[in-house]
Amino acid sequence: MGDKVAEPERRRRWWWIGALVVLLLAVVAAVILSRNTSSPGATQKIASAPFQPGAPGEDDGQWTMPAKDYASTRYSALNQINVSNVGALRPEFTFSTGVNKGHEAAPIVVGGTMYIVTPFPNQVFALDLTRPGAPLKWSYSPKPKSAAQGVACCDVVNRGAVYSDGKIIIATLDGAVIGLNAETGSEAWRTQLGDINRGETITMAPLVVKGKVLVGNSGGEMGVRGWLTALDAGSGSVAWRAYNTGPDKDVLIGADFKPFYAMDRGTDLGVKTWPPEAWRTGGATVWGWISYDPELNLIYYGTGNPGPWNAEQRPGDNKWSSGIFARDPDTGQARWFYQISPHDLHDYDAINENVLLDLPIGGKVRKVLVRPERNGYVYVIDRASGQVLSADPFVYVNSSQGVDLRTGRLKPNKDKEPQVGKVVREICPSANGAKDWNPSAWSPRTRLLYLPHVNMCMDWQSAEVNYIAGTPYVGAEVRMYGGAGGNRGVFTAWDPVKRTKAWEIKEDLPLWSGALATGGDLVFYGTMEGWFKAVDASNGRVLWQFKTSSGIIGQPISYRGPDGRQYIAILSGVGGWAGAVVSGNLDPRDPTAALGMANATQDLKQKTTTGGTLYVFALPVHR
Amino acid sequence: MSLRCPSTGKALLALAAVAALAGGCDRERRDLGASMPEGGPQIQTTDLTPGRGGVLPPDPRGQLYEKSAYHVSEGSRLFRWYNCSGCHANGGGGMGPALIDDEWRYGSSIEQIYGTILEGRPNGMPSFRGKATEQQIWQLAAYVRSLGGETPQASSSRREAMRSTPPRNQVTPPKPKGEGAPAVQGTAR
Repeated sequence: MGDKVAEPERRRRWWWIGALVVLLLAVVAAVILSRNTSSPGATQKIASAPFQPGAPGEDDGQWTMPAKDYASTRYSALNQINVSNVGALRPEFTFSTGVNKGHEAAPIVVGGTMYIVTPFPNQVFALDLTRPGAPLKWSYSPKPKSAAQGVACCDVVNRGAVYSDGKIIIATLDGAVIGLNAETGSEAWRTQLGDINRGETITMAPLVVKGKVLVGNSGGEMGVRGWLTALDAGSGSVAWRAYNTGPDKDVLIGADFKPFYAMDRGTDLGVKTWPPEAWRTGGATVWGWISYDPELNLIYYGTGNPGPWNAEQRPGDNKWSSGIFARDPDTGQARWFYQISPHDLHDYDAINENVLLDLPIGGKVRKVLVRPERNGYVYVIDRASGQVLSADPFVYVNSSQGVDLRTGRLKPNKDKEPQVGKVVREICPSANGAKDWNPSAWSPRTRLLYLPHVNMCMDWQSAEVNYIAGTPYVGAEVRMYGGAGGNRGVFTAWDPVKRTKAWEIKEDLPLWSGALATGGDLVFYGTMEGWFKAVDASNGRVLWQFKTSSGIIGQPISYRGPDGRQYIAILSGVGGWAGAVVSGNLDPRDPTAALGMANATQDLKQKTTTGGTLYVFALPVHR
Repeated sequence: MSLRCPSTGKALLALAAVAALAGGCDRERRDLGASMPEGGPQIQTTDLTPGRGGVLPPDPRGQLYEKSAYHVSEGSRLFRWYNCSGCHANGGGGMGPALIDDEWRYGSSIEQIYGTILEGRPNGMPSFRGKATEQQIWQLAAYVRSLGGETPQASSSRREAMRSTPPRNQVTPPKPKGEGAPAVQGTAR
């Protein structure tokens, strides 16, 4: 047909070329814009914190809260570092925190500044990312009471700071919440919430929702009464407090409270499901993670174990311990509650992360909350109603025999129920759970949830315990050890729709770090030996690893630097419950040390030493 | 022969009883504490005493308490009663430091341990002043010393406490467990 092109076809061709040019221009503009937003020193206001329930979206290149977004995905869409080039990843700069306790915090990156908060004494450092080597911009010492160290159950950890509207907000071990000017480090406000003489500490990272700082207390091993408190982010004044035990008016249970299951309905269950007055020392603390769904206007958080561990001293369901609350962030009023472990027998706190996803289940897309739980099950829960859609074991579990989806009740295994004066052997999972606090990550690209967790069992002997305010209220002697296979740690990729494991990596030591998923189809985590690893998100192949100076129990993050490059950051520094043998210099010849963890980590002192260091990695620059 | 003679039989029995008692005399005459002098010791928190020279003489009651199996075992009971075990476990530590090792942050003498329990210490050790009695604190201090292997073998309650593991300062450290554990592997390497 030669060169002769029909008129309509020629017009169509021009239209295509025009469209391509426009598209190209748009891409160039987008790139320029995205670079500009992360220009040196810019501390931009975050109009609305990202909420991406399982869908890949734009990434602002920052990391303003430990979970990355309100859905708690810990997913960075940045993809400069990917499966094909990660082998070249190398340290760009490091920074010593000068603290020798367990570093569980996620670094926070806002504009051209990185913020880190250390374990006790909760030092805050602001590092200037716009200059070579990221020099110190400012530091802040909150000077918490030294005595607070004596009431922190499992090392003196801190799980991170949060950024909101020009402020960096932290909580201190001795129970204060502090708002700092993010530019200067000067104290804007400080509010004392906890009382160490009642055994209260704070270890969690606060979350800011609609101008309110949400933070809860730790001390489930000290017989405290658990609460979540909302503070005004501007002034630090208390907006509301919801207790997790006691009468409904204290728990902020009112007309809006509509739990899905009958077991969670009734008046003043926070009193009636306890022996007289026992709710006052019943634990149910809030030391883990909070998620937020802006469409439903609900926050989600879990409550800790009931106190004491010796369950014979607290007959009843022990509401509202070991469960999940959904609350209105404006008023604190409870919307629903689901008790994961009624009358908990094994210290299975229910404080783990709630990953908010929209998943196709039973032929339609459901708004769900995915919860890898300490008791060994991955729960998929309808986050509007609190209905459990599925609960599948991701490790070997013998402490219970599944979840009754009709009543919502966990089915405990009678053989593994502790009794005073008897040693009950081989209870799986152990008291720290199949998975403890260390958060998982979700990749919307692979649609897998990446779980850092453990493979541990225990022997348990209950004993009568006295309540003395400010001292431990436990009443159990525990000895933990590795489960079947001997590997104490596992990194599992879990498909919440298929409800199966996609792949797993066995780790020798308990796995106590968080996970990070990226748009480069990589997943990052660290081990207690100190290895920091990048694995292929689709198959678990280890593509890169770097040995840091101490064991890793921190939370990896990814950000776009002011130079436009992608960085990966992690705090190294062993400790936490799993690393307490090293960070507390305990004597593992006593198998019951560190609440029984010492027995499972007898070799840790031969494998790592203490010392907090920030590591930041990037790909080399080609000139 | 002798069995036919009742008096000889009794004598033999008595002899056996005396022999048994003599064997038990490695321990101590049980003193239920009524005769213990009241009050706490003078407490020296540091070995550095410029211009004063030397250290305080030990309080004679310290010896009485830590040589007494009764007081040490009372200390063991109180160690649970006052939730000391909640922090220090069976001596291996947890929220608080280990007590079966040979490191003493605030001194290993019974007077110093008495002081630690009575007044607390700044990094998390609570003060039990007004909670425990003076005698209970002496007993607790004696028991804590026994955990570290610092008391005479005869009165030590280690055997029940730490199940056949000798104090660190009396043995060479055992070969670490888990040395031969398999290297970390990705399953899909």
